[in-house]
Amino acid sequence: MTTPLDGNSIAGLLRELFGRDMTAATARCDSCGSTGELARAVVYDTAPGVVVRCRECTAVVARVVRAPGRAWLDLRGVSYLQIDLPD
Amino acid sequence: MGIVSRGFRGRARVDDPALPPGQYLTTDFPVLSAGPTPQIHLDSWRFGLTSEDGSSRSWDWLGFRRLPAEDITVDLHCVTKWSKFGTAWRGVSIDTLLEHVDTSAEFALVSSYGGYTTNLPLEDLTDGKAWIAFEYDGAELHPEHGGPARLLVPHLYLWKSAKWVRGIELRNDDEPGFWEQLGYHNYGDPWREQRYWAD
Amino acid sequence: MARAAVLGRLSWQVATVSAVRRESATARTLVLDVPGWTGHLAGQHVDIRLTAEDGYSAQRSYSISSASEIASEDEATSPIELTVDRLPDGEVSTYLTDVLEVGDQIELRGPLGGWFVWHPDDPRPVLLVGGGSGVVPLAAMLRTRATRDATAPFRLVYSMRSPIEEMYADDRALSAAGVSVHRVYTRKIPPGYPRPPERIIADDLSDPDFGPDRAPQVFVCGPNGFVEAAANLLITLGHSADDIKTERFGPTGGPP
Repeated sequence: MTTPLDGNSIAGLLRELFGRDMTAATARCDSCGSTGELARAVVYDTAPGVVVRCRECTAVVARVVRAPGRAWLDLRGVSYLQIDLPD
Repeated sequence: MGIVSRGFRGRARVDDPALPPGQYLTTDFPVLSAGPTPQIHLDSWRFGLTSEDGSSRSWDWLGFRRLPAEDITVDLHCVTKWSKFGTAWRGVSIDTLLEHVDTSAEFALVSSYGGYTTNLPLEDLTDGKAWIAFEYDGAELHPEHGGPARLLVPHLYLWKSAKWVRGIELRNDDEPGFWEQLGYHNYGDPWREQRYWAD
Repeated sequence: MARAAVLGRLSWQVATVSAVRRESATARTLVLDVPGWTGHLAGQHVDIRLTAEDGYSAQRSYSISSASEIASEDEATSPIELTVDRLPDGEVSTYLTDVLEVGDQIELRGPLGGWFVWHPDDPRPVLLVGGGSGVVPLAAMLRTRATRDATAPFRLVYSMRSPIEEMYADDRALSAAGVSVHRVYTRKIPPGYPRPPERIIADDLSDPDFGPDRAPQVFVCGPNGFVEAAANLLITLGHSADDIKTERFGPTGGPP
């Protein structure tokens, strides 16, 4: 079944790529302009790769392919990521 | 390789010499998807074939189903390592769709309802190598598996067999599809284990 | 204000099973020793990786059920606990509930997930809504409340198929002062229960002490369908979407 999960389910993968937790990062969907934490995004993780979609408009926000020894990340569907940092 | 966990076997998998390298045989039919299953009404279903000169033709469902179709039995190989032998499909050969099409295009870009795309050389779609399939295992193709109709190109990894197919564009240049843009091998031959770029 | 996140290590670590405990008819709690573990926040999870002798591997995520602990650099923390629900066709869950023994080793990475987290110094009331194994990270929150002597009022709305699947039934963190628990049974009810089995409805989420006017923090966790239904009911009841945090579990919990 293609039951979608949410951004929490790729916390480990995102941490591998960014070196920090990214589920609390806020993304703006480049397609519809809505914003929300990555934890809230719709995630399809049964494809040959991971597809992250906007919860509001279902447009593809990000894609990730994790292969042995390397990964590819496409963030074209995101206008920006807002990441909270300590002062 | 990670540490071995005592007694862990994982899902039943069989190593069969008839398998391409790195594959396991499965008896179920895993469903993989990049997005929600498109809900396509047969009255609005269209399949379009566009040539490199811009000319095009399209079929509605009734027109498509009037085309000669054939029953085929093929093996499937998914890049996520499962293979399934002897799957039975019914579909229209791409050769039939190309019958009166005059083209010198080298490449094809396949598009699906929902936005998925995949690319391959035109010669991998012709000479009995590919179909637009609308029945699986003797029944209407289930939406989960790409129904009403999907592309079926069994000699390449299954991500090339685009589900919910809506069109094929014949092109002079090669345009990488949804996964080919992001690390998946541009050609995808399971027998040469072409899963990712530079494999 | 940016809160400090517990980073842990980015790579896979070996965990040794130090104890196992039956948690319900279908679930088992694993107690794991992880050398160098520096703690976790309530709500976080770990990724587990199992490798077979021929190199085949499978990966799944499981929420940490034990109370939050943060250690300073040289201190060790207590073992962590994960509760695994056995799915009949699950290649990983059946191994973890049926085969894994004390002394066995698995790989894990984490703690993961800094958003679906309860911070014990947050004074707001907390409404926890869990479906099936979705109660696991919520249990970590309840246990953290207990160990830190937090006083924020908590209410747990726990939906389960039948009483034999209930986890943490005897846990003192669930019966502590300031905590109320409301159970919803969707398939089989306990003997004498006045209500027929049914899925969660608005009434189950309407305790006035945790209504929108109290601006509680809400955590909803469980299968996708449950989370969608519960979150929609909460919005209809007037809760703000921003105050509702959700975590969806899949039928297999991980990639194929």
